Parts: sequence; C-alpha cells; structure tokens
Amino acid sequence: MEPSEVRPLSGWGRYPVETCRIFRPEKPASVSAVLDSGAESSYIARGLGRSYGDASLNGGGGVISFERLNRLIAFDPATAVLECEAGVSLAEILDCFLPRGYFLPVTPGTKFVTLGGAIAHDVHGKNHHRVGTISNFVLDFRLQTPQGDVLICSPRQNSDVFWATVGGAGLTGLLLSARLRLQRVETAHVLVDFLKVPNFEDAIAAMTESDHLYEFSVAWIDCLARGKALGRSVLMRANPAARGDLPPGRGNPLSLRRRSERSIPFDFPSGLLNPFTVGKFNAFFYRLHRTVSGRLVDIDSFFYPLDSIRHWNRMYGRRGFVQYQLVLPPETGREGLAKVLERVSASGRGSFLGVLKRFGSAGAGLLSFPFPGYTLALDLPVTDGLVPFLRGLDALLLDHGGRLYLAKDAATTPETFAAMYPRLDEFRAIRARLDPKNRLSSSQARRLGIAAS
Amino acid sequence: MTGAEKAGAPAPARRTVLILGAASAIARAVAGEFGRRGYDLLLAGRDFEELDRLAADLRLRFGVKTQSRAFDALALDTHGAFVEACRKASEDSLAGAVLCFGYLGDQSVAQKDPTEARRILDTNLGGAVSILSLLANHFEEKRGGFLCALSSVAGDRGRQSNYFYGAAKAGLTVFLQGLRNRLFRSGVRVITIKPGFVDTQMTYGKPGLFLVASPQAVARLIVEAALKGKDQAYVPRFWQPVMLLLRLIPERIFKRMKL
Repeated sequence: MEPSEVRPLSGWGRYPVETCRIFRPEKPASVSAVLDSGAESSYIARGLGRSYGDASLNGGGGVISFERLNRLIAFDPATAVLECEAGVSLAEILDCFLPRGYFLPVTPGTKFVTLGGAIAHDVHGKNHHRVGTISNFVLDFRLQTPQGDVLICSPRQNSDVFWATVGGAGLTGLLLSARLRLQRVETAHVLVDFLKVPNFEDAIAAMTESDHLYEFSVAWIDCLARGKALGRSVLMRANPAARGDLPPGRGNPLSLRRRSERSIPFDFPSGLLNPFTVGKFNAFFYRLHRTVSGRLVDIDSFFYPLDSIRHWNRMYGRRGFVQYQLVLPPETGREGLAKVLERVSASGRGSFLGVLKRFGSAGAGLLSFPFPGYTLALDLPVTDGLVPFLRGLDALLLDHGGRLYLAKDAATTPETFAAMYPRLDEFRAIRARLDPKNRLSSSQARRLGIAAS
Repeated sequence: MTGAEKAGAPAPARRTVLILGAASAIARAVAGEFGRRGYDLLLAGRDFEELDRLAADLRLRFGVKTQSRAFDALALDTHGAFVEACRKASEDSLAGAVLCFGYLGDQSVAQKDPTEARRILDTNLGGAVSILSLLANHFEEKRGGFLCALSSVAGDRGRQSNYFYGAAKAGLTVFLQGLRNRLFRSGVRVITIKPGFVDTQMTYGKPGLFLVASPQAVARLIVEAALKGKDQAYVPRFWQPVMLLLRLIPERIFKRMKL
C-alpha cells in the first residue's frame, strides 16, 4: 500500500484550498499501484503545484504528486532530444543542460513547473508568436491510462490521445515520461530591447509592427493606470545573444551567476495591497524603465523575474489571489482589452503589473489555450465580491470571442467554459473512451463539468 | 606508462563510490551529491530496474560513470564475490562505500512473529556487518578510503515503538565504533551517520513526526561528513542535543514514558 497524507492543498494562487489525499510515489511502477489501490474513487496528477487555481486539486479525492518521479532517462546531443520522467522540473533541465548549450524550446514565466504539468497545460512562452506551444517540441510521451495501459502517444501514434492530453489538464491519463526537443543556444543571455509606450493601443501597434523581429516578446502592463494612460506598458523584446555579443573576458558564455534568492517569509496583511500602494508600485515600475535597445540580460532575469523571490504568492495575503488570463482574437482584441482594463482599473482591484502578449497560431490540442490574438494576465487578490466581478469579465470575454486558461482558472462556470472551448465535446468523447469510470478527476474538472461530479 | 603520463599531464585519477541500497530516496540523494563532486558511482541493491534508471539519471546529470549491480544484504554467501566484482568494475578505484540499506520492519508484527524480528536484525545488523567486514578488509589492504554507514537515532535508546529496529541499529553503531578503532592505523575512515526523521516513503504521511528533513539536505550532510572523515554525525545536527536529552532521562522514569 502506497503511503499517503491527507491535508489541505491549493494551487499557486492559494485559492481555493481543498483537503485531498496526496500520494507521492517514488518509482514509476507505483503510479498504477496507486490507481489500482481503490483508496480513493478518483485521482489527479500534480507536479509542483504552480497552476494557479484548482487544476491540481481533487477535493475529497486523491492527488498523485510527481515530485519524486524526476529521473532523466536519455539525452542525444546530436538531435538535442531529452527523455525524462514527467516530474522533472524545467529548472532541473536548465541546471543540467544550459551549461552544455541547450535551452528550453518553450518556457512559461517560472521554471518551477514539471514537464508533465507543462504538457498537461500545453504551456506557451514569450516566443509563442514564433513557435507556438510546448507540444510542438514534444516528440512523444508515455501515458498511464486509468484502465491500466501505458500508451505511447505522438502526433503520429495514438494522435487523438496525444492532442487530447496536450492541454487536457491531466484528465486523460497520468503522464509518466516524455521526449522533448531542446533548443541550442550559444550563450545564457538574450539581447533585450525595452520600449516604453504610453497606452495599450500603442503597445499593440508596436507588437503588430515589429514582433516579427524578435524571438521573444512580452509586455508588462500597468492595469491601474486610467484615462489616456490606460494600459501603459513596457515592452521587453529580445533575441538570443551570440557568443560575440558578450563583452570580452566574460568567462563561460553559458554559465549563469547564482542569483541571490529572497523569500517572502509570511503572508502580507490583506490590506497592504490596495489601489494606492499598488498604483504607486506600478507607476514606479513604469518610471524606472527607459526605452533602450540591445541590453544584455541573463536568461534567469529575463524569463523568470519572479523565481528569485520564493513564496511571492504570499504577497497577496492569506486569502490568496486569482490569476485571470484571457486571450482575445485580433478583430475584437483592442476593444475587448480596453473594456477589461477599464473595468479592472475602475474597480481598484489592486493588480500588480499584468502581462500582455501577442499570440501566434493556435495549436492542435483540443483544450489548448492559445489562439491568434492578444493575451492578458492579471493577478486579482481574493476579496469579497471577486467572483461576481470575474463573472462580469467572463461575459465580456464571451461577447468578444475570448477564452480563459485552465492553468489559471479558479472561478468560471461550465457554461462559460463550454462556450469558450468549441472542441470540448471531442475531448469528452476521447475521455469517455480512456476513462469510462471517471477515475481521473479534479476539483476544476468537476466545477467546469468536464468530469462527472 | 600510459599515454597520458608520457605526455606529462596525468589524467585525474578515477574515484568511485559504492552505494549499498541505492534505490532509496536518501541513497539517491547521496549518490547525487557524490556525482556532483565528480565521483563515479556503483549503485547496488535489489531493485535492478530502479537502479538502472537511477544510473542513467546520475550519468546524464553529472557526466560521471555509473553502473548498477545486484546486491542482497541477506544473501551473505554472495558478499565476497560482490566485493571482488565491485573492485573489478571500478578498475580498483573504490574511494569509499556508503551503506544506505535498512529494513524498518513492523514492530507490532515482530513482537509476535520471530521471523519478522529476525529479518529486522538480519538486514540491519547481520547483513551490514557481513558486507562492511569484507569492505573493511579491502580498504585496509589499500590503506585508505572510507566506510560510511547509516545507523539511526533509534539505536541511541530502546523505545517501545521500535526496539527491534533500534537494537539492530545500536548493534551496528557499536560495530562501527570497533571497526573505526581497528582501521584508524591503516588510514581508513569509518563514519557513523544517525539520521533523524527524513521525508521519504518510510515516513510520508505518518502522524507525530517532527523536524522532518529533506533527503537532499540530509545527503549533503552525509557526504560532507564522509569526505571530512568525521567519526559520527547526527543529521540534521540538532538531533545530537535532542538525543542527548533523551539518553539522560533515568531509566526508572523512561520506562513509564510513551515513546
């Protein structure tokens, strides 16, 4: 019998909190042993718990933590293909392979996610406009199904299961291992162009005009600025630095300086983040930046600015926060974004800087989040009235043809979700075949009606 | 003379560490700490499939040579050949060995069933003494190296909740003291490690545990102790005063306590 622990669990946003029975197998064979043990009626896989809402929770049920299923299996330098267990974190991959000249082909804004979690949410990064999501670099993976099979899935083999699992939030099976093609780099640095723009219209114009010149592009947006400054932003766009871009005598071009690590030691009092303090912070951030080009920035600072502050989620106080990430199509994007920003800034729901990015083409994952257009991510502290406020934003999104991201969502409804994901029925059909007894389920899947409750 | 010596730049000597019972979470972390420091690794244990996965993982992470070998603590008659095979497999480059295997067993079963009691004693004491003795002879002959063994705070004082396991580990601790005394003259270091609660499969979800340390933190301390040639180390270190206090309680009071 696999040992387990019952305790309250939450995602990175620390909302909601639910009591789950957690299993933490140390060997791959134990995963099916847990599934077959009958200890709980349903299970969901969990990596490092960096999805924000309830995607990795299973209130009153089982959670299988992949923390200890993190062995590297094989690496071929000729093809840059790495095979590893699903619990390997992107941080481990970087530690191991960046010094040898390989970077992740796609990375979200934190490296503290597992490869399994990255595939289950089909994550995107600052290069989405160029290369799409991480599934474009996954050669294949091994999936433990609730019926006891291990399926090898790729875009060619079991392709329907592959495209349901990619972005499928763990509801088709348990990812055991995967093969990922890494990206060769000459240095551990990028050359960044910073561009300050006075409002979001200009931000979008700049992205549309010149994103194609950059491998990586993202903007930090001040969601509390109003009027003419609505959505003022700092665009940060970059290309990989070549060896010759480094100043002479720099030492090993692939080594990173160890960043000093800070930690938020306790929950900040909830009142600390209010429209006044956050507004000041955002204004300071905007003033701090200058429009400059060609600045050499190391990979850690550019891709993972918040990773150096451990427990930064504690800033939002004990009640936690929701990260609301949306995407809007190009035709309605400007109008939709303007309305969302107006509502957020008028509500005074203190959000630190939001993130704005232009997406490239959509992937083939049935429940993958990105499609062409604009994505905006905002952190909203949990306060009274937040859920009704989010419902209002949901309605606005639906009106403009937008959608939400399962890795972040903590509050939307089954109807809204179904309207946002037109291929949900195809997903359900594949799921019914793979998991007829509903042995895989999460709090989120039940809330959204993806799995039976 | 080898080619490298002729060229005047001797290749750095190979150093290999043998990990006994390498499939556990602590052992895996210990192997990683040695790998990080450039040691080649021989991973020994019963779960061969797991050892092979681990060997591949450590090879990829640290670029060191790794091999897995079958080892069963209870099969005493195989231990001689095992040590010889390790010597050959490492091209006689064994720098030390870390004994990580152990069997906690089930105290309540052992109280009723002598076979469980015997299994606890045979694994933790009998098997350990057998393999350590053979390795001791090997290192004594080479006049160098280290033998590091995971004993337990459970061996510091007998408690009703785990005295079979505790008795075996207490025996191991005394055995290591004697071995250390014997091998001092030949320059072989013997290190006794006494881990407190560690966050592993053995402890996961168990109620009433406190100050639980991660396998990585414990492994760092173990490897530091082994390489510095400490005689004995509690890991983490705060277990030393905790156990000192526990040992100081007079027996006539201790016997009444629920521990």
